[in-house]
Amino acid sequence: MLSVQDTNTPVKFSPELISKFADVVSRYPVGKQKSALLPILHLVQAEYGWVSAPAMDSVADFLSIQSIEVYEVASFYTMYFLKPQGKYMLEVCRTGPCEIVGATPIMEHIEKTLGVKEGDVTEDGLFSWRGVECLAACGYGPVLQIAPEYTFYENLTTNSVDKLIGDLKAKANK
Amino acid sequence: MGRKLLLEHINVPGINTFDVYRSKGGYAAVEKALKTLTPEEVVEEVKKSGLRGRGGAGFPTGMKWSFLAKPEGVERYLVCNADESEPGTFKDRFLMTYIPHLLIEGMIVASFALGAKTSYIYVRGEMMPQIRILEKAIAEAKAKGFLGKNILGTGYDLELYVQPGGGAYICGEETALLESLEGKRGNPRIKPPFPAIAGLYGCPTVVNNVESIAAVVPIINDGGDEYAKIGIGRSTGTKLISAGGNLKKPGVYEIDLGLPAEEFLYSDDYCGGIANGKLLKAVVAGGSSVPILPANLFLKTINNEARLMSYESLADGGFVSGTMMGSGGFIAYDEDQCIVRNTWNFARFYHHESCGQCSPCREGTGWMEKVLHRLEYGHGKMSDMDLLVDVSKKIEGNTICPLGDAAAWPVASAIRHFRDEFEWHVTNAYEATTRNYGLAHYADPLNAVIA
Repeated sequence: MLSVQDTNTPVKFSPELISKFADVVSRYPVGKQKSALLPILHLVQAEYGWVSAPAMDSVADFLSIQSIEVYEVASFYTMYFLKPQGKYMLEVCRTGPCEIVGATPIMEHIEKTLGVKEGDVTEDGLFSWRGVECLAACGYGPVLQIAPEYTFYENLTTNSVDKLIGDLKAKANK
Repeated sequence: MGRKLLLEHINVPGINTFDVYRSKGGYAAVEKALKTLTPEEVVEEVKKSGLRGRGGAGFPTGMKWSFLAKPEGVERYLVCNADESEPGTFKDRFLMTYIPHLLIEGMIVASFALGAKTSYIYVRGEMMPQIRILEKAIAEAKAKGFLGKNILGTGYDLELYVQPGGGAYICGEETALLESLEGKRGNPRIKPPFPAIAGLYGCPTVVNNVESIAAVVPIINDGGDEYAKIGIGRSTGTKLISAGGNLKKPGVYEIDLGLPAEEFLYSDDYCGGIANGKLLKAVVAGGSSVPILPANLFLKTINNEARLMSYESLADGGFVSGTMMGSGGFIAYDEDQCIVRNTWNFARFYHHESCGQCSPCREGTGWMEKVLHRLEYGHGKMSDMDLLVDVSKKIEGNTICPLGDAAAWPVASAIRHFRDEFEWHVTNAYEATTRNYGLAHYADPLNAVIA
C-alpha cells in the first residue's frame, strides 16, 4: 500500500542513471516511451532499494507522463517496493509445488532466525523476507530468491538457509 | 528415452555461448530461412508441422501466424511470452538459462516469417539472471551479424530486445502482456480485436511462448513434415514437461507427445516414480490451472485406456474425468499430501494474482480462498463444498480473460474427485488440523499398475 510520503523534496537522478533510462527508451518507437516504465522502475529500485513517491514523480517527468500513470503501475506489480526494505529481501516461493515439498517450514525458520515478521525489516537494516507466489522453479523446491540481484537458491533446507543468512551477514559486515 | 529436438545439446559445455552453439549446428535455421525461403514458406512449414502453442492454450502456431494482418506501411511485431509463472511450470526458465541462443534463433526465424522488424522477449521480472543471459546472447548474435541491419547480407533488418515484467502472473495472458509492454497495469483487453489485428501499439502482433518459438528451429531445419511425424494425432512433435512435486527425479524432460503417462511417471528415463517409496495420490498434469486428477484417473481414462501425454488423451473425459495438457507443468502428489490444503493454496494464488478488472474473478477468487481456508483450519461447514462449486461456476466463463476459468477449475475438480476428503475436514475438524487424510481410495487400481 502506498503510504503518505514527503513529496516536497524532489528526487534528482544521477547522470549515469539518466543515461541508462535513455538507453531503455531507445528500444521503443518514437512516442512510445511509456513502454520504458517497468524497466526504469527496476533501475530506480536497484539504485535506491525501493520506489518512493518523489522518485516516481521524477520518473513521470522523465517519461513525460502523469505521476498517476507511474503510481498505478508501481502499485500493481509485486516486485516494486513502496516502502524501504532490508538490504537483502528474501523471497520464498509459497505456491503449491513448493508448498508440498516444505516451503512453510522454511518460512517459519526464516521468521524465527531473523526475528521479524513477514514484510518487516531487521533492526540492523540487513534483512526482510516475504512469501511470494510461484517463482517458476517448481522442480527444485523449496526455492527462494534474494532481491535486488534476484540470485536464486534451490532445494532449501533449514541448514542451507542458516548458511545463506550467515554468508550474507558476513558479506555485509566486510 | 525419446528423441530430443530442443534439448539435444543441453549438456554440451558452453552451449550458452554463441560459438559453441554455432558449432553444434546453431543458427542453421536462420541461414536456411533467410537465404532460401520466403516468409510465406516459413509460415507454411510451421503450419505443416502441426505445432501447437506450448504456453497452455494449444492453439496451432502456424494458424496464429497466418491470421496476422499485413496492412501496408504499418509495423508488425513479434512478442515472445517468457512471463512463465503458471505454478508447476519451469521449462522456459530452463531453456533460457542453459540454451538461450535457441530462443534467439527461433525469434529471428519467426520475426522474418511475420515481417517484424522489432521484436521483444517479455521475461518475467523475477528472472533477472535469465534477462542478463538473454541480453548477453543477443549482443553476441548481433556481433556475428545475425541481428541488426542487413542480416547475413539478405537485406532483412531485425532488432531484438528483452523487456522485464514487474511480477504479475496475469501478464502471461497475451493482451495483459501487451498492456504491460506498453508500460501499463496488466489488465487483459477485451477481444476482439485480437492481437493479430491490433496488438502492441495498436499494430498487428503475434505473441508466442518461449517453447513454441524454440520449436520453430527444428521445424525449419528438418521440415514441417518431418516434425509432424513425431507424436500422435493432432499432438505433433516433442514437448517439454516440467516435472515437480513428490517425484524421485524432478526436472525438465523433453518427451515425444503420446508417451504413456505411466511410463513418464514411473520410468527411470523420466520421473523415476514417487520419492521416498511413497504412493501416488494425485496429479496436476498441465499447471495449476488444469483439473487435478486422482492417481487412478490419471493413469487410465474412464474407458480404462492408458492415458497418454498428448493434448487429446489428457483431455479425454472432458472436465468430468479428464484434464488438460496446459503448459506441461506436471505436479505429482504423494499419499501424505492434503488436497484441501493444496486447493486452498492454489485459490490463494489466484486471488493474489487476479488483476481485479472483472468482479466475478476479483470477488470470487477471494471468496473461494476464505472458504477453503476455513475448511483447512477446522471451521468448515458441510454446505461449503456446494458453495465453492457454485462460486466457481459463477466465475467460469464470466471474465474477460481465462484467469477466471483457471481459478475455478482446480477448485471444482478437487471437490469433484476428492469430496470425501473435504467432508472429512468438516466432520473431523480437529483431527484434520493434526494429520492428513492420506491415500483413501484414490489410488485403488494403482497396486496392480505398479506390479
